[in-house]
Amino acid sequence: MTVLVIAEHDNASLNDATRAVITAAKGIGGDIHVLVGGEDCGPVIEIVKGLDGVTKVLHAESPALKNRLAEAMETLVLSIADGYDAILAAASTTGKNFMPRIAAKLDVMQISDITAVESADTFVRPIYAGNAMMTVKSNDAKKVITVRPTTFEKAGDGGSASVETIDAPAPAAASEFVSEELSKSDRPDLGSAKIVISGGRGMGNGENFAIIEKVADRLGAAVGASRAAVDAGFVPNDYQVGQTGKVVAPELYIAVGISGAIQHLAGMKDSKVIVAINKDEEAPIFSVADYGLVADLFTAVPEFEAELEKAGV
Amino acid sequence: MKILVPVKRVVDYNVKVRVKPDQTGVDLANVKMSMNPFCEIAVEEAIRLKEKGAAEEIVVVSIGPAQAQETIRTALAMGADRGIHITTDDAVESLGVAKLLAKVVEEESPELVILGKQAIDGDVNATGQMLAALLGWPQATFASEVEKTDDGYNVTREIDGGLQTIKVSSPAIITTDLRLNEPRYASLPNIMKAKRKPIDAKTPADFGVDIAPRLEALKVAEPAKREAGVKVESVAELVDKLKNEAGVI
Repeated sequence: MTVLVIAEHDNASLNDATRAVITAAKGIGGDIHVLVGGEDCGPVIEIVKGLDGVTKVLHAESPALKNRLAEAMETLVLSIADGYDAILAAASTTGKNFMPRIAAKLDVMQISDITAVESADTFVRPIYAGNAMMTVKSNDAKKVITVRPTTFEKAGDGGSASVETIDAPAPAAASEFVSEELSKSDRPDLGSAKIVISGGRGMGNGENFAIIEKVADRLGAAVGASRAAVDAGFVPNDYQVGQTGKVVAPELYIAVGISGAIQHLAGMKDSKVIVAINKDEEAPIFSVADYGLVADLFTAVPEFEAELEKAGV
Repeated sequence: MKILVPVKRVVDYNVKVRVKPDQTGVDLANVKMSMNPFCEIAVEEAIRLKEKGAAEEIVVVSIGPAQAQETIRTALAMGADRGIHITTDDAVESLGVAKLLAKVVEEESPELVILGKQAIDGDVNATGQMLAALLGWPQATFASEVEKTDDGYNVTREIDGGLQTIKVSSPAIITTDLRLNEPRYASLPNIMKAKRKPIDAKTPADFGVDIAPRLEALKVAEPAKREAGVKVESVAELVDKLKNEAGVI
């Protein structure tokens, strides 16, 4: 049994989600190989070959792989797929984009967004926005799987894998990268932050997010938002926590002015500790919160920041 | 130009689904069903392209039981031109759906297929990408903006870190994200008009496609329940609890 993990990276550093995928791969069993496809992605190779549990790193270089667009990734992975019993990637927007193409070409039904590995062919995955968990057995000879990174431990360092260079075949169909507009922030990444503070419709407008950002900076937290706040244009799309946005599971999740629609709960209910600040004491968010504060957020949040300062946080 | 829009009938997004006590699935008896919200956005986008003069005909296709015809009628009432209903009572997985759609594309020769990025029942997020691979077409998934160009489309995509713009040549697959548009409500006259629009009835067998499932659901369970905690009286108490009880700050 050999498992192929496809690394998620930006040519310079490895996305932590890949470490979680490696842990999922360990649950399946067998040798773990990691494919790193990119352009000038040498620094990523250095990180990946030292990951605990990885026996071999496959390194493919091509300008077509610079942005890991789906068509180029499909051709690359298919060129080596024969040698593997299972192919895994993170259920990120990158993994979700190219993995189904590989599954279709291999005539395999993809197992999406798994949250647990029961055995080499049986997995648990959320359906209906996480309102039900399905245990599913794949009868396909090869498994194509995307992994929800927040539910698996991150594999550490300590390995010393061999590195093999492989060719990157030209993609059959091509899309062309034009531009990227990435949110620039000194705060931690929403998907991997230990503390997340999110604002909802109750924030009223985008400027008011400043009071949340002050708390975030004090706590070293990432800032998130509900779909309502993103739809209203308060903050960019990549802030969205929820079923169709990002799924987060930090140590501490603070929901401010968020009512707690099912859609939002699906994205954060696995957080270790949940705090809700909302003036509506009937808000569904309180049903999942460890600590609820019924208060007007515009007074409570600045006061929270001041109290944190007083407490030496 | 012809646009093909596949649509799926799913549990209405406002319904809180319940797992059956015997853990064989979720209880769908007497539950309100609607068009998958992402599919609605796909239909709306196709109509807008037609209204801008970038398309002449919109064909909607749905794979599902007899009632999926209502979902097709909804799309026709919004402004699609005709429908194809591939009738089956079996649950068809993304791979089977993509194979059926590939056959429909072969027959209909659309230059663009717009699909929802995922259905809110299975949450698989794969059909559009699988269809693109089977056809050998480029794809632009999770679209928040679509611009028609002379030889294809410029599509802005919602990605984890922000937004990405890519260029795809025609024919292409586009899958919709939430903020691509706000679907219209069908007007009463259009609902009446939609009743006269044609729907072609087909079966999976007509296309010679094997839709036998590859995945076997062994169990469907309730997610781990989260108990509500305590209400704190003040911000000071909250900070104290977080620091000294939960130990997270």
